Amino acid sequence: MASCSIEDVLAKAERDEAEKLKGITVNKELDLEFDPGNLLAFDKNRIDTREFKDNKREDFIRSLARDNTQLLINEMWKLPTERVEEIIVAKLPDPSTPLPREKPAPKPKPPTKWEQFAKLKGIQKKKKTNLVWDEVHKEWRRRWGYKRAKDDTKEWLIEVPENADPSEHQFAKRNKAKKERVAKNEYNRLKNIARAQKIKVPGMGLAPTPRQPKAELAQAVNVAKISTASVGKFQDNLPKEKTPKNTGKKRKFQPLIGDFSSEKQKQLDLLKVMDSKKPRLDITKAVNKQMREEDRESAQKSKKGFGKKGRRGNMSGKGKGKAGGKGKAPKGKGRKPHMKQGKR
Amino acid sequence: MAHRDGIVKAKTRRSKRFLQSREPKLTEGQKSSMIIRGGNSSETVSQALKDVYALKKPNAVLYKRKNMVRPFDDSTALEFFSKKSDCSLFLFGSHNKKRPNNLIFGRMFDFHVLDMFELGIERFVSLRDVKTDTCPEGTKPLLVFAGELFETDREHQRLRNLLTDFFCGPRVSAVRLAGLEHVLHFTALEGKIYMRSYKVLLKKSGCRTPRIQLQDMGPSFDFVMRRNHMASDDLYKTAHRQPRGVKPKKKKNISHDAFGTRLGRLHMQKQDLDKLQTRKMKGLRKRRGDRGGAAARGFFFTDSSGF
Repeated sequence: MASCSIEDVLAKAERDEAEKLKGITVNKELDLEFDPGNLLAFDKNRIDTREFKDNKREDFIRSLARDNTQLLINEMWKLPTERVEEIIVAKLPDPSTPLPREKPAPKPKPPTKWEQFAKLKGIQKKKKTNLVWDEVHKEWRRRWGYKRAKDDTKEWLIEVPENADPSEHQFAKRNKAKKERVAKNEYNRLKNIARAQKIKVPGMGLAPTPRQPKAELAQAVNVAKISTASVGKFQDNLPKEKTPKNTGKKRKFQPLIGDFSSEKQKQLDLLKVMDSKKPRLDITKAVNKQMREEDRESAQKSKKGFGKKGRRGNMSGKGKGKAGGKGKAPKGKGRKPHMKQGKR
Repeated sequence: MAHRDGIVKAKTRRSKRFLQSREPKLTEGQKSSMIIRGGNSSETVSQALKDVYALKKPNAVLYKRKNMVRPFDDSTALEFFSKKSDCSLFLFGSHNKKRPNNLIFGRMFDFHVLDMFELGIERFVSLRDVKTDTCPEGTKPLLVFAGELFETDREHQRLRNLLTDFFCGPRVSAVRLAGLEHVLHFTALEGKIYMRSYKVLLKKSGCRTPRIQLQDMGPSFDFVMRRNHMASDDLYKTAHRQPRGVKPKKKKNISHDAFGTRLGRLHMQKQDLDKLQTRKMKGLRKRRGDRGGAAARGFFFTDSSGF
């Protein structure tokens, strides 16, 4: 008897549950695919075309929409909820539909000159306060910018230092220094940007600016003159232009009183070379000499032989010479080009 | 903003902020869309464009004047518009004898056209004709796609992706359950797409989840598929490539057990237990007299509560 009543009770409970859920259950052949992150539902079931006739179309679509929306809402109500200021809010997971991006992903910017230096030296960024106490005005002012704490261009009294020219305008001097600092900062910032975007910026004096000083123009003229295939050897001078004298290799001399130990070492090495019986071999000179000999020989041969043969012989000689030269010269020391006007 | 050597210099803080908002970012915000009217457009098309603009406000720009553009022939004008207004989704409406009541849905990647789908309007019911109250502007709509064509046919799959992209709102982490008011329902059948928009009424049901009733609202379209231009597979893949910083890094050595307690794992080097530094018990210190004695030597491990 008791068992029957238990079964009855259980059956009744099940029926009650089913009654409760009747309002929200929807029967579908295939389950829908959900993407709660995007509030998306996708129904793959076949749509019966017979019911899709003209007069009943709207009702059919509405009932289909109602069923699908009910299933989607059921899914949304299963999500974890939390209370934010008395409103019940459901936390959404990440969207699972892959949507394409608007723009390509940003490339990491290369570090600026200062950042490279700081990384090299291990300099850490120090957090600074926003406001600084200004003694003069007796108030808190910004560290930099408009109405900053220590602004030396805004002083009303500047003492003329002892070693300065008495007629020099000290206020104008400070303003000019500030302008130069600002311009230098801007220039460095643009160079950093150009380096980041790998845009080639021409060196000093070669980019056209509104006002160019005489020195920059002269430098630009010199650069243009030697920008030919033969490095400016055959460029005529303008009337009244002087050929610049200081082109050519600069010789660097050691300072008079420098590193004593290295000087001593150098002198001893020199004595050792002078003492030794064997001659020192300058490989570059030797190779060049050899190649010249070979060229001379092949030139003589071509003079003796017939035209065609000679030409062929010449070519082979030259080919042999070059190959031989390359084979003989060790790695790293190639045949240096013979330039009368020195290297830049 | 000054241009020089390809570098745009911002002269004010405000213009700098504006330029930064247009730069590519790691995680992108909501896409804006531009709604453009073509060379010749009928009453239906103009009203349709206005309705979609109302749905997509405030992230939409409506170009009401006539623009002589043919997107399928020459997309440079569209790309120019997109670059100027920083919009990656577009909807172009036009009307001519050959293609009456034409709408082109499209999206861009890096200001070049990615996908375009041309849909013809067969039947259109505007917002004005349906006299019910509408949802507030900017509610994130529920999207429902029905029909096996959306699964099987490749063009329909891409169209489904495009429509999701177009109509899904901003990406949010949490949503107010009572605020799920708007639902857009797309049905695909025999080459036609039926788009309906309803207002969701949450009624009481026996349990926690409410029962849904739908109320007709908003524009309803009957589309027919016309031409399309789909992106090539590798361009599509490139558009999906995510930058490195976006994927969340998995925290290693942390686990949760059945009771919800958080357990961690520490990896230690091998320790020499004889040389462990423990607390010094002065009383147990070996005295000179007791060296040989029977004093018990032991390790005392006490917890921090002391003894």
